[in-house]
Amino acid sequence: MQFDTDTICALSTPTGTSAIAVIRVTGNEAFDICKQLFEPADTKKDINKESAFSIHYGFIKDNNDIIDEVLISLFRNPHSYTGEDLIEISCHGSIYVQQKVLQLLVNAGARTAKPGEFTMRAFLNGKMDLTKAEAVADLIASSTAAAHKTAINQMRGGFSDELKELRQKLLDFASLIELELDFSEEDVEFADRKALTTLILEINDMLKRLIDSFSLGNVIKNGVPVAIIGKPNVGKSTLLNALLNEERAIVSDIPGTTRDYLEDSVNMNGILYRFIDTAGIRKSTDEIESKGIEKTFEKINEAKIVLYMFEALETDVPQIEKDLAELSLDTDTDTIIVINKTDQVTGDSIEEKFKSVKDVVLISALNKVNLSSLTEKIESFVTVQSVESNDTIITNARHYEALSKSLAGIEEVISGLNNKISGELLAADIRNSLTHLGEITGEVTNDELLGNIFGRFCIGK
Amino acid sequence: MKHLAEYDIIVVGGGHAGCEAAAAAANLGSTVLMVTMDLSRIAQMSCNPAMGGIAKGQIIREIDALGGYSGIVTDRTMIQFRMLNLSKGPAMWSPRSQNDRAEFADEWRKTLEGIQNIDFWQDTVTKLIIEKNVIVGVVTSIGKEVYGKSVILTAGTFLNGLIHIGKKNFGGGRVGEKASGGISEQLSLHGFETGRMKTGTPPRIDGRSLNYSLMEEQFGDDNPSKFSFTDTKPLKKQRSCHITYTNQDTHEILRTGFADSPMYSGRIEGTGPRYCPSIEDKIERFSERDRHQLFVEPEGWNTVEVYLNGFSTSLSEEIQNKALRTIRGFENAKMFRPGYAIEYDYFPPSQLRMTLETKYVENLYFAGQINGTTGYEEAACQGLMAGINAHLKINEREPLILGRSEAYIGVLIDDLITKGTDEPYRMFTSRAEYRLLLRQDNADLRLTPKSHELGLASDERMKAVENKRHTADSLLDYFKDTSVAPVEINELLSRLGTAEIKQKIKLEKLLSRPQVGFSDLKNELPQLSAFVESLPAEEEGAMQAEIQLKYSGYLIREQEMVEKMSRLENIVLHSDFEYLKLPSLSSEAREKLTKIKPSTIGQASRISGVSPSDISVLMVFLGR
Repeated sequence: MQFDTDTICALSTPTGTSAIAVIRVTGNEAFDICKQLFEPADTKKDINKESAFSIHYGFIKDNNDIIDEVLISLFRNPHSYTGEDLIEISCHGSIYVQQKVLQLLVNAGARTAKPGEFTMRAFLNGKMDLTKAEAVADLIASSTAAAHKTAINQMRGGFSDELKELRQKLLDFASLIELELDFSEEDVEFADRKALTTLILEINDMLKRLIDSFSLGNVIKNGVPVAIIGKPNVGKSTLLNALLNEERAIVSDIPGTTRDYLEDSVNMNGILYRFIDTAGIRKSTDEIESKGIEKTFEKINEAKIVLYMFEALETDVPQIEKDLAELSLDTDTDTIIVINKTDQVTGDSIEEKFKSVKDVVLISALNKVNLSSLTEKIESFVTVQSVESNDTIITNARHYEALSKSLAGIEEVISGLNNKISGELLAADIRNSLTHLGEITGEVTNDELLGNIFGRFCIGK
Repeated sequence: MKHLAEYDIIVVGGGHAGCEAAAAAANLGSTVLMVTMDLSRIAQMSCNPAMGGIAKGQIIREIDALGGYSGIVTDRTMIQFRMLNLSKGPAMWSPRSQNDRAEFADEWRKTLEGIQNIDFWQDTVTKLIIEKNVIVGVVTSIGKEVYGKSVILTAGTFLNGLIHIGKKNFGGGRVGEKASGGISEQLSLHGFETGRMKTGTPPRIDGRSLNYSLMEEQFGDDNPSKFSFTDTKPLKKQRSCHITYTNQDTHEILRTGFADSPMYSGRIEGTGPRYCPSIEDKIERFSERDRHQLFVEPEGWNTVEVYLNGFSTSLSEEIQNKALRTIRGFENAKMFRPGYAIEYDYFPPSQLRMTLETKYVENLYFAGQINGTTGYEEAACQGLMAGINAHLKINEREPLILGRSEAYIGVLIDDLITKGTDEPYRMFTSRAEYRLLLRQDNADLRLTPKSHELGLASDERMKAVENKRHTADSLLDYFKDTSVAPVEINELLSRLGTAEIKQKIKLEKLLSRPQVGFSDLKNELPQLSAFVESLPAEEEGAMQAEIQLKYSGYLIREQEMVEKMSRLENIVLHSDFEYLKLPSLSSEAREKLTKIKPSTIGQASRISGVSPSDISVLMVFLGR
């Protein structure tokens, strides 16, 4: 139920890319949970000891990886919007960062808020005027409808089918256990523990697969990251601008102009791509630029597709092969070799020159020549590899949470089966799992369980 | 017109619900009149001669803990006792008995006759006297008017009861007993909705005609336990049941009767229970099964009559007879009387308040099968609660409402009122979300204090509860504080097949190992056994301590769930709340809430069709 004092979190700014996003965390453990992912820039600081209404600068970290640099604002009960302990995390507005922060909060023990739950708590704690009741009620009703619609839209491909199947399997498992408990006097055959174990392992696999698809789902929802890399001044920013059709990156002839990285999204044929323009790869003594280059390698690792750019005049095949080998990309990262500045070469010898290179496209970013070949090439990787081969993808942080908690319950059941604990305890664990899954699929009721038992087994002396 | 009430409470009906209702109200101090059609048939077991079973046994323990008599009467008249589900954990242990049908009824009658405040009147109630939606009395078939402050209606299957055997049907509440008419019709004028339900019963057989050597014998427990927390005595000798099976020949013969069956020809309109199907239903729905199990249950110590559990049927008497003789051991079987199906009126229970008082007529209570339930235990516990609450109301005291986390009785009443039922409702442990807390072993700890506070459970019962609790708590402290050394215990541990210890360890830790039981430790450690023997209610207290310790993880989790829900359970919704005026509620929620009028937010949240967002909207409007 949603009237707890446990800790909840939600994005308070509108979803979508923006300059800055605010994530709110409220509840008894808001401070302790945030402490797990927030590292103050001044590492001696402890947010539990800092005063209310103060703002702190620091980093959101996933273990040792920095996800974002943020400001957090502290509020203590009852002097907050909800009347509870509350923290606002102001982070950067990319969808990836927003989702990642929410995911980290969930992993740290928060729960994603239900529609209207923040307002609800504010209301329950007397932070709102009674005359606003109707408005609040309408808000809850309408945001629930909207959330429901969104949730349905978010179910891609076979997600809803797979969930239905998962729910049915769990229901069957629960029914078998209940059958043993309530009908042990009846002349029905009870599932042996081996069959139960097989069924529960199947459920376990299914849950894990759905959870794993979350990161891929996020990619699709939040854009396929495409990193543009290459030596300084090879034309990366020019290419980005050409793809975006607008002067976004600072373009100049001076090597090292892009010192950090820039990114922007383009929707091509219904799929969102996040193009990331990186600092050029070269050995540099400039400290800031070195940091940029370090960041480039991070971005390469995050990318689904890498556009490795070379200059038509200055490069040959052995050089490309050598550079590629040095980069040693993950096997699931796709690399497209982009030969730029074809406008500087005369004659058609150029195509002959790079014929032997795999996945090569020749362009002139400056004159926007042959860009469509490049976009087609990019699209070919995405459709073939990500979408078609994974038709069941979850993209919603709330679904992720519900599935993760179900999985935790199922793992209890598995360890229970291994330890031969008795049926009513297994049933307690499986009910726990079903409750969490019910967040997405609708709860399994006792009547449904009994109905399933009566439908399948001949009960009744 | 103002009439002087002759009685505080009039109980209509003398079945399991009526008996508990009359006894509870009278013991609390009300003057009670029980009106029943036939005083010689009080507390009849109209179906099988058995009490308890899984979930039902827990209910009897709860009735007993509250000061009802079903447990005591059962203990005094049982002929066999088994604790079911012993291979599972303590939450599943369920007492069940076979009883002597005649002695059971006799014992109940003697019990009621022993209560000063109860008067009896043998007659059929044909009309209720209702003035301005308040009940003030009843009229019987001979035109006698009796006035009372409240009326508890426990009519069982008698309201417009219709019995079916093959193509024949006739009015009746049980075979050989008249049905009663008029009351359903009168109440529908007051806005009550009625429905039809169906149930069935198997043929009764002459035990002398059976060949038991061809059947499997089912014995009672070697160390039989009992139902009541009072000092009733466990059985010394027991009677066995027998198990046999139908076969393909039986099924063939039964199928020839389907054309004339009241079930398949559409003459029966009522809904029957899915968990207690007739034999014809079983062979039709589970046609892949080539046999069905049957239990041959003796009807008492001194009778040859047996009850054929599992063979409920409404086929014609000839078909029943022919089919019976194909069953192993039944080759020469003679029937005393055939099985039959019975249809009867019930009142969908969403028309009741949590006290079992009706919403439309004040001071009128419904209990038992009339509310769409089935089973002696389900009926008895409703009677008890109606009797208690009727007494409390006329004395202007707070009602006794048991929560879902407090008793199966609470689950039952909440289910009935919140969800309604369209088939006869029977209790299952799976209906309870807090199954591990609602055990038969702790029914007294859960409920006796509440009843004692009302003045129903005796001081003696309360003293026993205090002793049990004291012993359990003392032992839990002892386990926490006391360590044992390897030399004291390792021999035992290796005998029990669990790892030996290398250094001193707390008893608490040892007991949480599944292989180590309290009795093992007690036998091994003289200081522990000396400590236990110094405590009162030694055995029961020790068992409590052991259960609480071994299941603590799960028990704590359920307790946490209870506390989470309790916030909702404590927010009261007034019955005049105008749901139709809240446009933010979904239309389904508006309709259901208006109909059911839940008394708390917790109850509202369990109504199907009321979503969490509807609940949020309600909370906002309540200004919480």
